[in-house]
Amino acid sequence: MDLTIVILIEILYAVASLALISVGLAVVFGMMKVINLAHGEFMMMGGYATITAVNLGINVFVAMLIIAPLVVGAIGLVVERLVIRHLYGRLVDTMLATWGLSLFFIGIATVIFGNTTTGISTPIPGLTVGDYQINGYNLFIVVVSVLLMVALYLVLGRTRLGLIARGTMQRPDMASSLGYSPERIYMATFFCGSALSGLAGAILAPLVGLVPTSGGAYIAKAFITVIAGGPSLIAGLVSSASVFGVIDQIFTFAMSPVIGEVALLIAAVVLLRLLPQGITARFFRGRM
Amino acid sequence: MQGSVGRDVIATLIVSVILIWALPLMVGTYTLTVLAIYAMLGLSLGLIWGFGGILCFGQAAFFGLGAYTYAIAAINIGESTLPMIIAVIVPCIFAALLGAMMFYGRLGDVYLGVITLVVTLILFKFVNSTAGPAYTIGNARLGGYNGIPGFPTLNVPGRTDLYIWGDALYYLCAVALVLVYLGVTWLLRSSFGRIAVGIRENETRMSLIGYDVRIRKTVMFAIGAAIAGLAGALYANWGAIVTPGLFSLSQSAEIIIWCIVGGLGTRFGPLLGAAGLGYLKFLLGQQSMINNTMLMGLILVLFVLFLPRGVVPAAISVWRASVGRPRRTGRARAMRRNRRRDRDDG
Amino acid sequence: MAEPVLETQHLSMHFGGVVALDNVTFTLRRGELRCLIGPNGAGKSTFFKCLTGLLTPSEGHVLMQGEETTGWPPHQVAALGVGIKTQVPNVMDALSVQENIWLAARRFLPSAQADAKTREVIDRLALGAIARTDLGQLAHGERQQVELGFVAASDPWLVLLDEPAAGMTAGEVARMTEVIHELNRTAAVVIVEHDMQFIRSIASKVTVFHQGAILIEEDVEAVMSDPHVRNIYLGKKA
Repeated sequence: MDLTIVILIEILYAVASLALISVGLAVVFGMMKVINLAHGEFMMMGGYATITAVNLGINVFVAMLIIAPLVVGAIGLVVERLVIRHLYGRLVDTMLATWGLSLFFIGIATVIFGNTTTGISTPIPGLTVGDYQINGYNLFIVVVSVLLMVALYLVLGRTRLGLIARGTMQRPDMASSLGYSPERIYMATFFCGSALSGLAGAILAPLVGLVPTSGGAYIAKAFITVIAGGPSLIAGLVSSASVFGVIDQIFTFAMSPVIGEVALLIAAVVLLRLLPQGITARFFRGRM
Repeated sequence: MQGSVGRDVIATLIVSVILIWALPLMVGTYTLTVLAIYAMLGLSLGLIWGFGGILCFGQAAFFGLGAYTYAIAAINIGESTLPMIIAVIVPCIFAALLGAMMFYGRLGDVYLGVITLVVTLILFKFVNSTAGPAYTIGNARLGGYNGIPGFPTLNVPGRTDLYIWGDALYYLCAVALVLVYLGVTWLLRSSFGRIAVGIRENETRMSLIGYDVRIRKTVMFAIGAAIAGLAGALYANWGAIVTPGLFSLSQSAEIIIWCIVGGLGTRFGPLLGAAGLGYLKFLLGQQSMINNTMLMGLILVLFVLFLPRGVVPAAISVWRASVGRPRRTGRARAMRRNRRRDRDDG
Repeated sequence: MAEPVLETQHLSMHFGGVVALDNVTFTLRRGELRCLIGPNGAGKSTFFKCLTGLLTPSEGHVLMQGEETTGWPPHQVAALGVGIKTQVPNVMDALSVQENIWLAARRFLPSAQADAKTREVIDRLALGAIARTDLGQLAHGERQQVELGFVAASDPWLVLLDEPAAGMTAGEVARMTEVIHELNRTAAVVIVEHDMQFIRSIASKVTVFHQGAILIEEDVEAVMSDPHVRNIYLGKKA
């Protein structure tokens, strides 16, 4: 019984963390059809922003939830103005340019922070379930992910801002004829996407030793979660994170964490082959 | 067109002989060897991407597979001739299977990029985790992140006591590069190559004419992988060790940067990009002021923004413009158009 | 009566709940030249795509020279000896006219014979002056002609053309008509078309599509004087 609860929490955590690391990429891809291969590095920078802030004596939750998203969002804004906006509509070129940016940020981080592992301790103590010890921070991540999904749903579905954003993404000409500047909406979207990436990186930072190349560990997972999710932003994210998270955990328990990750990636390849348009192109059609 | 073939081959040979002879006067053969290997690797992606229109984000997978196959086979067999052949065949077959899965599924460019990238990552993660003694193939231990050292390097076929190393390895790699280059030239002149370019330009039309696009792309993909595998096997001999880093994303990124900088849709561009940027990396390795990764990233961003067709096509059109023969400059631009057209796949 | 080269039996196509084709049974005999007409959304383009393999019909069969080709991919249909021209010009932009046509000729001939065939087709279509120009630099009408060159280069016994005259000048349409008649000497031809002037100048028989089904099959003059057809389709024009 206790073991079941622990496994359930682990699976929930796996799903939540997949959704968390993918949400920034999903917003940018879903809304702007831009694949940001520097997404992992945005997360890495979120982590460094948090650690730097904590070392300066700022409360860890303020650093994670406020400072990191703002810093990375600002960096995203600069990136959008300097690079991305020249490449709208050129999907492959954007992928290449953002891949270049990812290398660039790795280089910068290496120069500033050095090629050594840094980290902070998890700010939440562990819990005991029967004979088992579970990581309280994992529960925190589950809660944050759920709140994030709900917030995203409300913003996109229930606010004027979300409506304008969704409209622009479908018909840029329509929005501009209604008096909204698509350029500013793209800018704002990219800022939000980057900030979400930064937030994810910040929240995961206490769990991993941070190095400048940390982003590489996230990008493939985030990438496949978003692509496999398909056209509906939130439903896609939740459904594909669930599929991959469960597969990952089953193989991790049965064999090893590495096999779990390999199984996840193989599942992604198979899924893309079977449903090339993503899960939500077949199911949950027309939702957000 | 046919009449110029002989002249082209002779010109290539003369230039190659001069370069192979002259370059060691300026740069050490140890460095030149790896540059020739990089050039071959660049050419492999240049072929399938620039002429076959296949966007592969994981060319490093075939490079690493070639290197590892060589190392494992050499340990088990004890000489080098057969392992070299196996090291070309294994990536080729692997690519044929992967390619068949992707092309028969009619996946668009973006998904191709995703899948090749993910497959590279799977190989990287798997090989990286094989440190335990359980992971052996025959007598060879995979060694995880430590890689495989101490395998027999190239020997003269039939003479296991006569090793090919140092200057001799340089000449071998250089000659291999020239042969691969001529092979690619021949391939592109052949019906297969011309049809492949047709497919790059318009897949739907080519299938309406009656060509089976799926099998042709699969074959093209496998040929590119075979060349990358050969480069990998030579690289294993040059380094005398293979490590999981060969499969890494940054290795894949580098190959793509070579092609973009050199110029897609030309044979010489990716080759030049690989050798040029490889040499730059070597020079940067000797100092610590500028971070190499940062510079490579910056180069990629700047080229995509300001010179997306690459150095060689740009140089050709500048030269044509100054000589006053504007014919055929539309090609490189068309390549770029194709890349732009990819938005439909999203 | 000559033997049928192209038949469809009870062909239907549904997209979700929308019925685009409803139980279409159609026969084309050797040597025939047939135009398919109908208002927008009548199903003629869907029908065309089911023939060429660009779409797989929901129900029914397609037979070519008696062989069942239902659900075949386009390259297999084309490999039977079927020449296809799609609605949107569909060419290799970065290649020259010569190279484009060579690719079509090479599909059925060895390399050297394909060179000769290419020259022959370029002469026949009077494309000599632009043979070495890249397609990307040509006007719309010239691109359409190159597409007809693809068809001619493959020596087909069945030709399927979707709106070959769309967007062409009067002179180009006249040349197109000639080429189609020439193709018709060795092949049966199906043409999807809007332009009634063009249809009058070429067709012996017309099939009218309406609401996903065949409404009437008659000579062009008979069709144009049929009150029902005039009512639903030609009313404003004729």
